[in-house]
This record gives sequence, C-alpha cells and structure tokens, in this order.
Amino acid sequence: MKNTVIKAEKLRKIYKLPAEEIAAVNSIDLEVAEGDFVSLMGPSGSGKTTLLDVIGCLDSISSGTLTVLGKDVSSASERELAQVRRGNIGFVFQEFLLVPELTAVENVELPMIFARQKVSRQTAKELLNKVGLGHRIKHLPKELSGGERQRVAIARSLAANPRLLLADEPTGNLDSKNSEEIFAIFEKLNNDDGLTIVVTTHNKILGSRAKQIIYLKDGKIV
Amino acid sequence: MKMFLIALKTLRRKKVRSVLTIGGVAIAVGVLVGLLGFDKGYQQALRRDIDKMGYQVLVTAKGCPYEAATLMLKGGGGLRYMDQKVYEKIVSDQRIEQITPQLVATIYSEEQEEGRSGISMYMGVMKSYLDLKPWIKFRSGGWFSGETADEAVMGYEVAELEQRVVGDEIFIPKIGKVLKVVGIMERTGTQDDGIIFMPLKTAQTVFSLDNKITGIGIKLKDLNQIQAFEEDLYDEPGIQVVSMAQVRGTILNLMSSAKVMANSIASVAIIIAVIGVMNTILMSVFERTKQIGVMKALGASKTDIFKIIWMETTLTCVIGGVIGSAAAVLGGNVMEKIIKKILPYAPSGQLIVISFSLIGVALVGTVLIGLLAGIYPAFRAASMRPVEAIRSSE
Repeated sequence: MKNTVIKAEKLRKIYKLPAEEIAAVNSIDLEVAEGDFVSLMGPSGSGKTTLLDVIGCLDSISSGTLTVLGKDVSSASERELAQVRRGNIGFVFQEFLLVPELTAVENVELPMIFARQKVSRQTAKELLNKVGLGHRIKHLPKELSGGERQRVAIARSLAANPRLLLADEPTGNLDSKNSEEIFAIFEKLNNDDGLTIVVTTHNKILGSRAKQIIYLKDGKIV
Repeated sequence: MKMFLIALKTLRRKKVRSVLTIGGVAIAVGVLVGLLGFDKGYQQALRRDIDKMGYQVLVTAKGCPYEAATLMLKGGGGLRYMDQKVYEKIVSDQRIEQITPQLVATIYSEEQEEGRSGISMYMGVMKSYLDLKPWIKFRSGGWFSGETADEAVMGYEVAELEQRVVGDEIFIPKIGKVLKVVGIMERTGTQDDGIIFMPLKTAQTVFSLDNKITGIGIKLKDLNQIQAFEEDLYDEPGIQVVSMAQVRGTILNLMSSAKVMANSIASVAIIIAVIGVMNTILMSVFERTKQIGVMKALGASKTDIFKIIWMETTLTCVIGGVIGSAAAVLGGNVMEKIIKKILPYAPSGQLIVISFSLIGVALVGTVLIGLLAGIYPAFRAASMRPVEAIRSSE
C-alpha cells in the first residue's frame, strides 16, 4: 500500500479583505498518494494556485486539517512550514523565477545550499542533463529560451532530492512544443523515479495526461 | 561561502547603482581617513618642528602671544623688537643650559622671479645658535669668521632656490648690502632651510636695529624649572616668555575648531553614505521580492535571507571603505599640498600621516557601519512571506 503524501480534510483558505471574506479554497477533501501524478484544473480564480500554495506549505490554512509528507501542518507556524518545505518539496513556477545573476548550474545548486546539503556541482550537472540542458550549464537565465529556463527550474526543483514536486502553471508561458516537452519531463520523473507530482494547468490536453485529475471551481472540487 | 557568492553576484547585477553607492561610501571614508590622518600628521609635524627649534622657552617682545607663536615657528622671530640688554641680563642664569639671541628681518622684493616667494627672511644669530641645534650640518663651507663679518650662511632650500654656492656674494634688496656666502647648510626639514643667516651684530647694523633682537631661545637644564623661570621673568618690562609647549597648545587650539568642523562634515558624509547604502539595498530588496519568495520556497530560512542581504550591505561598505582608504593614501600628497597653501601656519614635513592602524580602524568601522546599515533591509527581506512575495506584482 502506498504512503499518503498529502491528506486534506475540509480544507479552507480564506482571504480577509476590508469589505468581505473570500474563500479561495472552500472545504476541500483531498488525498494524494506516493507516486501519484495529479493535475489541478479549472478556470482562473478557481483556487488551483491557492490549493497548491497551502499543500506546498508556502501558506497556512484557515481551517480544516492538512497533512503533508506525514506532518500535520494544520496549525503550523511559518518556521514549521519552512522546515517541512526544506529539502522535501520542489517548486516550479509559471514565470520560471530563476535568480538572474546565477548561471543555470548555480541556480540548480541553490536548494542544496538552503537545505544544508553538500553542494555538488556534479549532481547539479546531472540534473541539467536529465532535463536535456547539459550543454548550457554556464548560461545565465537571460541567455536561455523560455523552455530552457523552465527546464532549469525543473532541475532546480529536484536538486534537494524532494519527495513532492509542485508545479504552478509550468507551461503557461510556453509554446505548445515546449509545453509538450516540459510535460514529458514530468511524466518521466513520475514514471521512472516515482516522484509525486501535483501540477496546476489550464491546458486540458496536457492536464488530462495526469494519473489523477481534479477539477476546481470557486474553491471547491467539482 | 556560497551565500557570499550570491551576495556578490547580486551586487554586480545593477552595476551603475552599486558603483554609485560604493562611490558614496568611498568618498565619505576617504575624507574621514584623510582628516584623521591630517590630525595625527599635523600634531606629529608640529611636535617635530618645535623639537627641532632646539629650545623650550622663547623670550620675545610683548605682543600677541598667538602672533608670536606662529611667527616663531615660521622663522624664529616675532617682528617686534626688544633690547639686547634682556639677553645680557639672563644669559648668566644658572638654570640655563643653552641660550641664543636672534634678530629676524624680512625683506619684500619685487624683483623676485615669478613663482618664488617675494619675501626673503634674514636672521642674525650667534655661534650659540649651532649649540642649540646640534643637528645642523654644513653641506659646504662653515660658520662666520667673526661676529661682525659681512658674511652669510644659507639654509638648504634658499641656497637651492637662488643657486648659490660658497664664495658667492648675495645682495640684500632695498638696503643695498652685499654679503659673502661662507656656508650652506644641509637640509634640516625645518624653517631654517629657508633662512639666510648672518652674524647678529652684522644684522643689527644692516637693518639699522642696533642692540635690538626679536627673540631669545633658551634650553633649560631641567624642564621642571620652566614655570619658575617664566615667573622670574614675568616682571621684566616689554617682554613675554612663551614656552614651546604653550606654543604647541596654542596652535593646536587654533586648529581644533577647524578640526571639529571638518570632522562634523566627515561624519555627516558618513551618515549620508549609510542612508544611501540602506536606500540602495532596500530598493534592491523590493525589486527582488519574487526572487526572495522563491528562495524561501526553495528552502531558504529567514536567517539565510537575512545573511544574504546583510552580506550585500557589508560588502558595499567594505569595498567603499577599501577604495576610500586607498584614495586617502594615494591622494594624501595632493591634499597635503592644498592644505599647506590654505593654512596660515603649516609645519614642515609630512602633514597627513595615514598609518596601518588608522586604515585598520577605518575598515573595521566600515564593516560595523555595513552591518548596521544592513539590519533594516535584511530584516525586511527576511520577514517577507513566501507566498505573498512570489505572487507579488514586483
């Protein structure tokens, strides 16, 4: 039986605005097992990104319970959330968000530094090879195409050897060819390495290739 | 070490901004190091000048002690005259080890060539002048042949300037007197280098100042007797006794208000530089909000982010400090020339002394300032919540 990586019950995330309260995630029950490949789909404002943020321990929840990688983070402080994230969860963002002053390989090394792991140039190179960028390791982000930058971001997300990979609209800024290639990398990581992956996407064709598809609307699973 | 690299690379990102900020710190540190170096150098030079006068007590005609003090140092005589009888009266005092009378006269000549000082300084002295200043050596020739000889001994610089050698005849402008050069001194590094000496009696005749002198330099057997000695001469009419320690104190006092002002300006420059550094780093933090959010998402702790930003600030200050100190050392000579032109009295020799310890203090200071200036930007960066930072519109 597979371990549960994410378990949420009646999960709510409420944003308090001066005039009203908005439930970005509204009473969601969710279970993601080890080795799953989940795509969160839905229109803009449906709560995909907020859900990804809370299960990635980037943000706290308002009510309900949430267990990530076996740790109950329902009422975790910012410091405790950071501890769960560190070395356990990898992130890929729509805008790549690489550090512009650092080369591809240095960007990949960053999570090793922050996870207090031994910084291995060799591992970083191998990860870039894995995403097909072994020939561009010393290039700065500005010297890379969008697709290449996203590959660096994926390699970076894997650097601390995480158990869970979260990707927020990873193909949102890419053309269809690059989107296809990026998704293929996710599939390979899931199939070959058994990495648990949760992806948010607008792209129905790509999203439907995940093992588990969750549709969201107005903060609820539909 | 790796975080240090991140900080360094980030600073290089906005080159113009970093260079300007570092430049601000460099100017502030350079000015401060220069001023502190000047303070130290000036005191040392003044002490050296006073020590090289060879006497601890100077008796001059009554007048403004400040004027006397500076004139003494400029050329050994306040241009007020007293009777030589004073000298004869105190010469036999048992407490005196060495004593020498001097008569100073300056003559302004319009015939001097362009670029030279138009004032020539003459001093009538006795052989005892050499006893008070045993370090004086002759480059060529020697002392006067007699107490009334029409002869001159030239200081090193004045001889160089006028291209004189022993045996030449020099002409005292306006008076029309001709003296034969019998000796040229080695460089002493004091005002003696710029003086033309002649026997006291000759000077009194040449300048029509019979039995007049401008000052008496005295070295006592025991320094502790200075006060008693001064008191004994207190009742003597028309004279004043100035101890060289007083002269030094007086000049340093005169300098102190200028020093306070200069140090205040330097301090303001430092404060402005610190605010500039804070502003730059804070701007850079806000510009990198998303990046800081991602670093946190990647596992960076608050402390990690704090360290990176702190290092950036400290690096900016340290680089500025190193450049500023180097500029102060390299530009010290230029500054010294300017200061010497501006100051009413500048001691001879090096005026700006920048020691290794001063540079060490300056660098430690810039590190501390960097650490201080970095606290707020680093705190702001470290307190950013990852999700808000990543999703910000910055």
